Amino acid sequence: MLERRNPILTNIVLLGFLLLVITPFLWMVLGSLKTQGELLRVPPTWLPEEPTLGNFRRLFDRPFAKFFSNSAIVAIVVTAGNLLLSSMFGYALAHLRFPFKKLLFVLVLGCLMIPGLVTFIPQYVLVVNLGLADTLPALILPFLVQPFSVFLMRQFFLGLPRELLEAGRIDGVGEIAIFFRIYLPLAGPAFATLGILTFLGSWNNFLWPLVVSSSESTYTLPVALALISTGQNQTDYGLLLAGATLIVLPILVVFLFFQRYFIQGIAATGIK
Amino acid sequence: MSTSTTTAGTDGRPAAAGSRRRSRRGAAEARAGVLLALPFVLLFAVFTAWPVLQSMFMSFTDMRISDIRTPFAVDFVGLENYRTAFADPVFRRAALNTGVFVLLGVPLTITAGLAAALALNTGVGRLRAVYRVGFYSPVITSIVAVAVVWRFLLQPGTGLVNTVLGWVGIDGPHWLGDQRTALLSLVVMAVWRNFGTSMIIFLAGLQAVDPGLHEAAALDGAGRWRRFVSITLPSIRPTMLFVLVTTSIGYLQFFEEPFVMTNGGPLNATVSASMYTYNQFGFGNYGVAGAMAYLTFLVIGLVTLVQFRLMREK
Repeated sequence: MLERRNPILTNIVLLGFLLLVITPFLWMVLGSLKTQGELLRVPPTWLPEEPTLGNFRRLFDRPFAKFFSNSAIVAIVVTAGNLLLSSMFGYALAHLRFPFKKLLFVLVLGCLMIPGLVTFIPQYVLVVNLGLADTLPALILPFLVQPFSVFLMRQFFLGLPRELLEAGRIDGVGEIAIFFRIYLPLAGPAFATLGILTFLGSWNNFLWPLVVSSSESTYTLPVALALISTGQNQTDYGLLLAGATLIVLPILVVFLFFQRYFIQGIAATGIK
Repeated sequence: MSTSTTTAGTDGRPAAAGSRRRSRRGAAEARAGVLLALPFVLLFAVFTAWPVLQSMFMSFTDMRISDIRTPFAVDFVGLENYRTAFADPVFRRAALNTGVFVLLGVPLTITAGLAAALALNTGVGRLRAVYRVGFYSPVITSIVAVAVVWRFLLQPGTGLVNTVLGWVGIDGPHWLGDQRTALLSLVVMAVWRNFGTSMIIFLAGLQAVDPGLHEAAALDGAGRWRRFVSITLPSIRPTMLFVLVTTSIGYLQFFEEPFVMTNGGPLNATVSASMYTYNQFGFGNYGVAGAMAYLTFLVIGLVTLVQFRLMREK
């Protein structure tokens, strides 16, 4: 814009605001390295006086490695499934003519506005009756199909030229091969956006696993941390902060690597 | 929401091809379409569409947890569950809390997101990416981790917030334990957690603002505020509508914050409609829970409709 505001002044205000926003994270990471005695001190200390990994060691005395791998398996399968299923359907909606196409599109999009709690109980009843309660598939199956993913992929494929399809047909490539060999390899940017969003959603998913999982073999990280923070260890702040750090840090690192694609993707997929 | 793409015409193919060849190709295309759609549609039917219908059915029956293995051997009770919901003073309190949360939280979240986006758009140099990631980081954080940290920060005696307030001579309240401040604390936490989403979307939307208009208006002596109101705001109208609708839909389902921070307390001061619905599910009252969930759905539909009407391009 025109007469630029003094960028130094803007930066000072923004830096102050940034500090305010990330203080809880700093507090969490620094706190996870403190001893219980130091955590309870008044007034609180800022930097740990004797940094220790003791809290993390106590965390991994419990099956936290198992919870971590449960979270990772569920998030990876949910993400891969979403990318594949919704890109297939999204492509068909964008470029192919087939029976009931309009109806299916309206039905799926109509479900975007339905609150999660509406389907929550019937889904629970269904999972129990399928004999899937307290299994990892129960944490995965309901999340493989999400209306938002289809919408995003459809928008993306609409933006790719239809000439690719025509050219493929002229070259005698089969209809399905056209999708897998021509369009799918071009979907990288959309996959980056959708992949991050889905992975985050699954990694942080809390309520459903809390209800469906009932043994340590299927607990995910958020469930395990929630149970500790309301159980007999709820005043063991070091342990809790270490658990919180373990949930947040990997996600933050992954996000730092992919944030460029993510933000471009949001701009490019029509959410504007 | 507007999209930058237009639907590619499916009728634009060359008409020269013989009709037999075309119909054969049409059949192959339809077959491929069905095959590509099928996996999603089947899973969707089982895990989303069917539960939506069953939930509606459930809300008109006396289904309880004991009927879980035989979900159809239940009695119809008409609108009884909806009457039960309206007559329940806790549900009414929950509806009120949710309303307060939406009315405070949505404007604050949108304002903070827009302010951050505008600031980042004025040329802040190399730190732009740092701010963007920093402001977005609460969005990608697990609510359970957030709860652990914020409960610690908000502690009455040793918490960081009250310690800092103490430096300037303010005796901070018991934020989450006091009926007057508990809901407010959750609003602030929700704004912290969500403004990054609206910021990112506003950043994309601000690309649509024509810098030429700003220059022309500035030459005519329009001040910064005047240009914001007359140029920037109208240019980002579709973005504003999108952010308004999605934020409202999210906040109307306000659930996780009270669930992990206060469990609805103190004295139901923070119980929300969704949380109370979930509690009914926990008590085994599936029919009542279904009715409450559909009431929330109804309100979301109405609010969205009103917002679309109000924000419609004139």
